[in-house]
Amino acid sequence: MTIWRRVACSVLLLVIGVSLAANWLAPGGYARQYREEADAAPSRAHWLGTDEIGRDRFARVLYGTRISLLLAPAAALLSTLMAALVGGLAGFLGGSWARAAMAMTDLFLSLPWLFLLITVRALMPLNVSPIVSVLVTFLMLGLLGWTSAARVLCATASSLRDSDFVRQARASGIRGPRLFWMHVLPNLKPVLYAQFWISIPVFILSEANLGILGLGVAEPMPSWGSLLKELEGLVSVGEEPWKFVPLLLLVIVVTSFQLVLSRQEEAAA
Amino acid sequence: MRHLWERFEVMSKCGKAVLVFTTCLGILAGSALAQGELRFCLRSEPKTFDPLKVEDDASVAIRYLTGGVLLRLNRQTQALEPELAQSWKVSKDGKQITFKLRSGLSFSDGTPFSAEDVAYTIQQLMDPSLHSPTGDAFRSGPGNTQTKVISPTQISITFPAPVAGLDRQFDQVAILSAHSPKKEMAVLGPFMVDDYKPGATVLLNRNPYYWKTDAQGRKLPHLDAIKLDIQANRDVEMLRFKRGEIDLINTLDSEYFDKLATTSPQVVHDAGPSLDSEQMWFNEVAKSPLPPYKKNWFRSAAFRRAISEAINREDLARVVFHGHAQPAVGPVSPANKFWFNAKLRPEAYSADAALKTLQSEGFRLENGALKDKEGNLVVFSILTNSGNKSRERMATMIQEDLQKIGIRVNVVTLDFPSLIERMTQTFDYEAILLGLTNVGLDPSEQMNVWLSSSENHQWNPQEKTPETAWEAEIDRLMLTQASSADAKKRKESFDRVQEIAVEQAPFIYLVNKNALSAVSARVQGAIPVIVAPQTYWNADQLSLK
Repeated sequence: MTIWRRVACSVLLLVIGVSLAANWLAPGGYARQYREEADAAPSRAHWLGTDEIGRDRFARVLYGTRISLLLAPAAALLSTLMAALVGGLAGFLGGSWARAAMAMTDLFLSLPWLFLLITVRALMPLNVSPIVSVLVTFLMLGLLGWTSAARVLCATASSLRDSDFVRQARASGIRGPRLFWMHVLPNLKPVLYAQFWISIPVFILSEANLGILGLGVAEPMPSWGSLLKELEGLVSVGEEPWKFVPLLLLVIVVTSFQLVLSRQEEAAA
Repeated sequence: MRHLWERFEVMSKCGKAVLVFTTCLGILAGSALAQGELRFCLRSEPKTFDPLKVEDDASVAIRYLTGGVLLRLNRQTQALEPELAQSWKVSKDGKQITFKLRSGLSFSDGTPFSAEDVAYTIQQLMDPSLHSPTGDAFRSGPGNTQTKVISPTQISITFPAPVAGLDRQFDQVAILSAHSPKKEMAVLGPFMVDDYKPGATVLLNRNPYYWKTDAQGRKLPHLDAIKLDIQANRDVEMLRFKRGEIDLINTLDSEYFDKLATTSPQVVHDAGPSLDSEQMWFNEVAKSPLPPYKKNWFRSAAFRRAISEAINREDLARVVFHGHAQPAVGPVSPANKFWFNAKLRPEAYSADAALKTLQSEGFRLENGALKDKEGNLVVFSILTNSGNKSRERMATMIQEDLQKIGIRVNVVTLDFPSLIERMTQTFDYEAILLGLTNVGLDPSEQMNVWLSSSENHQWNPQEKTPETAWEAEIDRLMLTQASSADAKKRKESFDRVQEIAVEQAPFIYLVNKNALSAVSARVQGAIPVIVAPQTYWNADQLSLK
C-alpha cells in the first residue's frame, strides 16, 4: 500500500469516525434553528457559522456526512448485488439468457436516470418522514445504478464460463447453482469489489445532484446535497469561504475513495 | 390581479423577427434631450407583441413601454391620471364610460390618432374569437359592447353589464391604430419595438411622435432606446448589474439586495411592502384522495386558525427575507392604500393560544405529539416548488414552529409542473405554500380567487354551489362590489371579504415581501415604487448620466 493510499484510508476513517461522533461533537443537533443568529459567520458557538435559518452548519456537516457516507455504501452494495445477479448470471448462463439480460441492461442504460428519479419522486406519497425520504433516495439510486456494473460482470462471467477450471468442474459433475456459487462467483469477487468502490462516490455525487434539484433528502435532515445548495448563489461565494466546507469534504472523500479504489482495480486486474 | 401562481413561462420559440424602422428621425432634431440606451433584463421570452393578447410578464413589460393608454394609474400615487384621454366620465350604473381625447396626436408611424382608433381597439378587445386576457376584465355579463364615436375627440363605450372599477381597467388597454398598415406595431407609447432577436434581446427605440413633454417643455422620452436582454438566470442578471452591463433590476431578492447594499448602498431601493404575498393553504376539496379525518381537520376553521396562530410571521419576515418583508395581514397588502382594510392586524404569534384552540376542538398533546379526537397523529405535508429558496426556508421554519405544538410537518419540494398537477388536477396534496403576485389594485381583479365557482379558488376550486355559508357570503359580497360603481359601497363589501378571509383562514397569509430593486447610479429620474413596473414606471422621464 502506498503512502497515498494509507493517507486516503486514514482520511476516510477519520471522516467516518467524526461523523459517527456527531451526537457528542454537536449536541445542539442539525435541526435546531437559532433564528437570532441566522446566516452568522463562524464563532465559538458555531464553528462553521449558521445557515440561512440559523441552523448550526458544523452540526449539519457532521450529520450530513454521516447520512451520505453510510447510505452511499449501502446503495453501492445493493447495486453491486443486483449487478452480480443480473450480469453474473447472464454471463454464466449465456445464450438467450445473456441476450435478454443485456437487452434489459441496455434499456436501463438508455433511460435518462435523472428524469426517472424526478418522476419516481413525484409519484411517491408526499407524507413521508425525512428518514424515509433518505432511505427511498438511496434505494432508488441503488436500484437504478447497477447497469454499468452488470455489463462488466456479464463479460467477466462469460469468459469464466469457458475457462478450463469451470470445464473441469463440469466434467466432475458439478452443475447449475453449485457451479456458479463455488467456482464462478469467487472469481468475480475482485470485479465486484471494484464495482462496489466505484459506485460509492458516484452515489454520493448523485445524491448531491438530487439535493441541488430539491429532490433527495427532505428537510430538516441534512445531506451533502442539501449543504451544497448553499453554494448556488454565485455572488456570495467569495465572501463566505466557510460555506465551501461541505464541498471540500466531498472532494476529499471522493478523492480518498478513488485512491483506495485504484488499489482494488489493480487487485482486480 | 393577473393570473396568480408563479407561472412557468413557456419559452416562445416564434422565430418571427420584428423589425420596424424609424423613418422620421429628422423630426427629433433639436426637440428632445435624447440620452443613450437604458438596459435591463426580461426574465422570459415575450410571447407576443400584440398588446391585446398580452398575458406573460415579458410581454406586459413591452406593452407598458410601447403602448399608449387612455388612462394611466400613477404607480407612485396610485391615482388614475388622464393620458390619451383629456377627461373621462363613468355613468352611475357603471356600464358606460365617455372619453374626451387629446387632439393632434399621432402613432409612431405618423398615422393620426382619433376616436375611431379607440372604437377599433375596443371592438378588437371584446371580440370573443381573440380571447384577449385584457378583454376578460371587461366581460361582466352577456351581450355586446357598444362604441359610439361622438366626434374625432369624443367617444362613449357602453358595456352590457356594470364593470367594476371600469376606468381603472383602461390602464391595461393599449390603443391600436385602425388605419395604420403596421397595425399593432404602430404605437402611442414612449417607445416602439425596433428589433427582436429571439432568445437574446428586444430593442425599443424612442417613438418620434410621442406626445408628452417634460416640465421644461422638452419632448419625451429622454432616452434614445431601451435594450431588453432576455435572461432567466437571476445570478447572471445580478452579476451583469454589478459589472455595469445592465442599468436596473426591477425586482430583487432580499439576499441579493443585502449583498448589493453592502458594496453599493446607493443603488438599492426598498420601497416597502409590495402587493405580493406568500401564503399557504390546506386542501379542502371534498373529492381529494385524503383520508376523511384529515379532510375534517383541513375543513375546520378552528384548525386553520390555530395553525395560523402557531406560525411566527415576524421570524419569517426577519430571517427568510432579511427584514425586507412584513407579516401579512390578509388578502390585501397594506401597500394597496385604498382597498386595504385598516382594521385588520397581523395574526399574533402564540403557540400556547394555538394549542388551546386545538384542545378546545378535541385535539390532545401526548408525549409531545398532537392527536385528534380519534387518536390520529397530526401529521401533514407542506408542498412547495423546488428551487425557490425563500419558500423552502419558510416551510422549514413553519415545520419547526408547528413542532412546538406537537404537529409533525413534512416539507416536500416538487418541480412546478408536478405541483400544479397535484394542485389543479389530482388534488393529491395536504397543504401548499406558494406566492400570489398582484399586479392590479382593484378587488375585481381578485374575482378569480374569491368566487367559489372559480378555478383559482385554490382551497376548493369550482364549487357547483358554495359549500359553506362564509363562501356564499364572499360570493355575494364580491358580486356586489363588482356590480357597483360607488367606490364607498365597494370598499365596504371588500372590507367584509377581507374580514371573512381572516376569520376563516382559507389562505394563511404569511408575509408581504417588500418591493426591492436596484438602479444604477447612471440612471436619473428613477423613483422605485411598489406597483409594477417598479423601476421604469416613468420610463419616458428617465435619462442617463
